[in-house]
Amino acid sequence: MIEGFTALYIFMLAAFTGYEVISRVPVILHTPLMSGSNFIHGIVLVGAMVALGHAESGLQMLIGFVGVILAAGNAVGGYVATERMLEMFDRSKSKGGA
Amino acid sequence: MSSFIEIVYFAAAVIFILGLKKMSSPVTARDGIVWAGYAMVAATVVTFFSPAVHGHGVFNLLLIVIAIAIGSYVAFKSAKSVEMTDMPQMIAIYNGMGGGAAAAIAAVELVRFAAGHDIGGGTVQLLAVLGALIGAISFSGSAVAYAKLQGLMKKTLRLPSHQALNISLFAITVLFGALLAFSGEVSGFTVFLFFLCALVLGVMVTLPIGGADMPVVISLFNALTGLAVAFEGYLLGNAAMIIAGTVVGSSGTLLTQLMAKAMNRPLSNILFSSFGSDSGTAQEEEIAGSMKEIEASDAAVTMAYADKVIIVPGYGMAVAQAQHKLAELVQLLEDRGVTVKFAIHPVAGRMPGHMNVLLAEAGIDYDKIYDLDEINPEFPTADVALVIGANDVVNPVARTNPDSPIYGMPILDADKAKNCIVIKRGKGAGFSGIENHLFYAENTRMLYGDAQKALGELIAGVKQL
Repeated sequence: MIEGFTALYIFMLAAFTGYEVISRVPVILHTPLMSGSNFIHGIVLVGAMVALGHAESGLQMLIGFVGVILAAGNAVGGYVATERMLEMFDRSKSKGGA
Repeated sequence: MSSFIEIVYFAAAVIFILGLKKMSSPVTARDGIVWAGYAMVAATVVTFFSPAVHGHGVFNLLLIVIAIAIGSYVAFKSAKSVEMTDMPQMIAIYNGMGGGAAAAIAAVELVRFAAGHDIGGGTVQLLAVLGALIGAISFSGSAVAYAKLQGLMKKTLRLPSHQALNISLFAITVLFGALLAFSGEVSGFTVFLFFLCALVLGVMVTLPIGGADMPVVISLFNALTGLAVAFEGYLLGNAAMIIAGTVVGSSGTLLTQLMAKAMNRPLSNILFSSFGSDSGTAQEEEIAGSMKEIEASDAAVTMAYADKVIIVPGYGMAVAQAQHKLAELVQLLEDRGVTVKFAIHPVAGRMPGHMNVLLAEAGIDYDKIYDLDEINPEFPTADVALVIGANDVVNPVARTNPDSPIYGMPILDADKAKNCIVIKRGKGAGFSGIENHLFYAENTRMLYGDAQKALGELIAGVKQL
């Protein structure tokens, strides 16, 4: 378990990190980037697995089950969409020979 | 085992941040997402061995595997087949799924709490409820955003005293939330009512927002989902979720601000008023001149004998799937020694960078693509500005008429080119419903028709020369 103030420090540092990392992104990558960060919060899958894993009643299992489906969709969909977009930048780069 | 799991989570969090960093340059962007992908797979696999997942029977494990299989299959299929023009709404839907998952985690925990389990109490419970609220709003709101962009929901719905209704709904939701967060004992029914209210709230908040503002809203929901994931991470004591969620939350907030700034629409305006609903109709300036039509063959000649052509592509070009035709035309012009540059407005397409993706798809080198600040000084030296399916982003009213709803929005100065050729489907006004004075200007010629067809005629015209 993560204690209160430790969590607060983690939260604060991560918030600054996110802000700094993004601030240097060129406009042309904004849409892939939004998609990419969308993929990264797909880590919610790990949490959904834990929730379903320790579910006990039928209701808990049902909600957990839906949760894992949604989380898996977030992660996989986010990845494939981002990868498809970035792949095109890759190809145009090699084609243009810049 | 459990410290090994922690190490993998830690590594995943680090790689997510490095991946995002790599995504900040076109050269390394692809590596960035692939790295993050490996990290995600690793984190998922080790979670199967976590005591929280492992210790409760084979049936739960089986359910997890089935659920992952279903979710992955559906998302994989849809993400592989979606057209690039429809990407914004797909991002919205995947993001909504993440928000829904965060809400579901909180729901499971709160139902457990209602059944008498201790889930941590105090701050933990408060953050779980907050995360649930944000996640549920993001879920149902993203669904509405999807429906709007996909064209399933054309009208912006605005109930009488919509704002007051939303505020009361919000107050009721918060009340239920507080009940869940602070009272020692809750019933399953309260949990149900809380989630119902939060979901309805997400719909109600998104309904009155117009399609043009939707990208900003999707970006905002993306940031919110990140935050919800971070809060649920705290509930489950999972540092990887806290870090990844927070990083997305803060970077998403920055991205949202950048987009809102590019559209010259303060975020509060987007969320709490609909575009041009109360102003803009009465204060239309009188337009001098008339629209002048041009034949495709004449337009082809103008461009073929130009020294410099600047192309301004808009969403209309993308809808007509004309980017490949456009690439062909560019090739022909360059073979004749014409310098061709692309001018991309920050919100061209449906989101910042969307148009770049579409052009990249057609194989147009991104060295030819310039953003607003780079290209605007070049318009006066251009012989032709070719505007394809763009409207509001080249409307000079944004510079000249303080009464216009788009006044102050940075625009591309296509009107300053020596000649301006506009390819447009019909004579109507644009997405925002504002008349475009560029179309009536002395040096502007209109080429009516679907972008795909018009570009085909231009190509034929240039080839004949």
